[in-house]
Amino acid sequence: MKDIIKSENLTFRYNTGESGGKTALSEVNVSVRDGEYLAILGHNGSGKSSLAKHFNAVLLPCGGRVLVDGMDTLSEELLFEIRRTCGMVFQNPDNQIVATITEEDVAFGPENLGLPREEIRKRVDDALKTVGMYEYRDHAPHLLSGGQKQRIAIAGIIAMRPRCIVLDEPTSMLDPSGRRDVLRITRELNKNHGITIVLITHHMNEAAMADRIIIMDRGKQVLEGTPKEIFPQTELLHKLGLAVPQTVELLSELNRAGFDFPLDKISVEECADAIAEALKPQKGEHLKTSHLELTEVSRKVNAVMSIRGLSHVYSPKTPFECSAVNDINLDIYPGETLGIIGHTGSGKSTLISHLNGLIKPSSGSITYCGEDIFKSKEFTHSIRFNVGLVLQYPEYQLFEETVYKDIAFGPGNMKLPAPEIDERVREAARFAGLDESLLECSPFELSGGQKRRVAIAGVIAMRPKVLILDEPTAGLDPVGREDLLRHIRAYRDETGAAIVIVSHSMEDVASMADRLLVMSGGRVLLQGTPDEVFSHSEILLDAGLDIPQVAHIANALRARGIQLPDAIYTVKQAVSAITAPGGGSK
Amino acid sequence: MIKDVALGQYFPGNSIIHRLDPRVKIVLTIAYIIALFVCKGIIPYCIVSALLITVILITKINLRLIFKSLRPIMILLAFTAVLNVFYTKSGDVLLQLGAVSVTTGGVATALYMTVRIILLVAGTFVMLTYTTSPIMLTDGLEALLSPLKKVRFPVHELSMMMSIALRFIPTLIEETDKIMSAQKSRGASFETGSLLSRARALVPILVPLFINAFKRAEDLALAMECRCYRGGECRVRLRVFKLSSIDIYACILFAVLFAAIAVISASVSFGVVL
Repeated sequence: MKDIIKSENLTFRYNTGESGGKTALSEVNVSVRDGEYLAILGHNGSGKSSLAKHFNAVLLPCGGRVLVDGMDTLSEELLFEIRRTCGMVFQNPDNQIVATITEEDVAFGPENLGLPREEIRKRVDDALKTVGMYEYRDHAPHLLSGGQKQRIAIAGIIAMRPRCIVLDEPTSMLDPSGRRDVLRITRELNKNHGITIVLITHHMNEAAMADRIIIMDRGKQVLEGTPKEIFPQTELLHKLGLAVPQTVELLSELNRAGFDFPLDKISVEECADAIAEALKPQKGEHLKTSHLELTEVSRKVNAVMSIRGLSHVYSPKTPFECSAVNDINLDIYPGETLGIIGHTGSGKSTLISHLNGLIKPSSGSITYCGEDIFKSKEFTHSIRFNVGLVLQYPEYQLFEETVYKDIAFGPGNMKLPAPEIDERVREAARFAGLDESLLECSPFELSGGQKRRVAIAGVIAMRPKVLILDEPTAGLDPVGREDLLRHIRAYRDETGAAIVIVSHSMEDVASMADRLLVMSGGRVLLQGTPDEVFSHSEILLDAGLDIPQVAHIANALRARGIQLPDAIYTVKQAVSAITAPGGGSK
Repeated sequence: MIKDVALGQYFPGNSIIHRLDPRVKIVLTIAYIIALFVCKGIIPYCIVSALLITVILITKINLRLIFKSLRPIMILLAFTAVLNVFYTKSGDVLLQLGAVSVTTGGVATALYMTVRIILLVAGTFVMLTYTTSPIMLTDGLEALLSPLKKVRFPVHELSMMMSIALRFIPTLIEETDKIMSAQKSRGASFETGSLLSRARALVPILVPLFINAFKRAEDLALAMECRCYRGGECRVRLRVFKLSSIDIYACILFAVLFAAIAVISASVSFGVVL
């Protein structure tokens, strides 16, 4: 197969520091084949984005060269030809839309190419139809959802009729249904239109559907191969700060428990087939359903927060009136972790903004330790120190000169004495997993993951009894994710605070939460333990949500006649459920 | 919340006024302003007022909105009126307070000035901001200014800047809202304290807002470059303006009215009473 993009000994340094800058890529030799679906994986800062930016001459090599369809990216006169051959879609959908009307934005690229007007019209219509956004052509982009905006961004690239599209973490800011749509479109473009796709990601499930994977680490390519060749190397991947799809993780855990599965069963179906095959001999003997023991959370303690009949209507009595949440009843208990899930626009954000009094309910009540949080202005203000709220992408709210001062902002507003502030800042930094040496740095010099920890520490420093986090792990790589969740858990265990986590990541809430609240259309759709909630997979999927991949495997196994307990949503549970009937295999 | 403030003031609709070519609207609005300054005597003012009222009725815009748009200029109106009342000395003396006198001429001028400003503001709001989407307005402006390209005036750049600004206003408002919520969650308060402490309370909002705006600008520039943007040259616009029959009728109608206003005003100036 012909190579559409080829890098030869590509070396690149960012000229940021005084000492010659940081080497982002060194001696990279990769090739992208015409018509393939390639995934580039790597943890944050591995150089995968820098590599991708060389593919359409956004960055130019310091050493070596990059050829796009035979054109050297260093030759300036070919610049537009290169960019037209290889289009690029970025992470943040908001920051790549130029125009105030959808179709004008899609037309932007073709307009720049100076095509005849009828041709532009045709391409815009075709592109919008391809991404399924034709009926939104007159809309203002800022009123669309993240997933829809990203589809518009893709349409804007397709309209230039490129042969290759590079997508730089296109789904990291989207909810599950937006993510599914965007990925489906990339697959269709690849299959039906023959467009080469280069997907930069750190989601293993996204990489699993690629034809080929390249793994980057510290500016070098370290692994290359098909998903079936790559994912069985679980230990190496973990060492590189990556995870494996839950299918492979399950199989490798089962192998540890005495089974002998090949690790290249990546899709849910393949994985279920393999497990069903292995369990067949035992079938019949152990048909009794072994229900996992449901540990009922003891409710001897009083709720720290109670929400009764909460409703909120935005812009009442105007044409824009809309009901954001409707009749919510919820108790939050000390020491528990409550997971809130729901697609974009389901009312999650409105709900949590009520909890620390940022917005007032239209009707209903919110009490903290039995007292109405809106009973006086002063009380509402003081509630914010007890109910800490970390909003989505909190790193965009840092403002101080040093990390220390930024974390001290909250305690400072509490008018605490200086020694106490100092103690709290250091404690919060520890809880958030920040090294003391970083305290005197400017927050703007830190990496994205570190910035997020600073922002979370800024809330923890108020020692809240209820800590609410909106999408705390969005955009982090698997290792960063895992580590952050571990620190949040430690805060809960050491202080007995209640944790509320709002998340799109079913895997995260499944592993963290004691209790789940599923929201849809401003109402509570389901409420219960993860066992109860994840056993209603159809309801979740209907609400535009997903279930953890391992729950899909369990469903597939049930479909193959294997009897499993209802509650399987973590790999651990799956392993114990599959090995339990066999008994002796442990 | 800031979100509740009506954005851009544009009220979508499908009236004749909404459908007029933005270029025609801009030109007519300028002509309308000139007409206002040509006006002399009661009849021309009546013609202009009647025109404005007809336009408002056609657009079906709530009258309350029009009054709302006049609220910010109330002080200016009062100021001009008072100034004119006391400083114009012509006609009969109505009131004498020591050295200060009020004359009929003064009252008349004050009245005309006030009406003129009201007509001016209400007219431009109705013609341009309320019934023309911002993007149409910038495109229309670009089209009208395009002859200036010959003298190297950066017409395209200017209109690109304006449309990007329009595109990001809602995004930045949303972001400001979010940053305010975040800082409030850390106990910041923006409503209490002295003027100085309130000004200081803005730092935690403005710093992140600016930093993020720079980041957005950088990202957008990159995305635009990736879509082969290279300034105005060889760019073809998808949308072109075509004059329709409504536009032509509107121009003719206005030209006739303008002529009438000019003739009547001239005759008033030269003392001919019609």
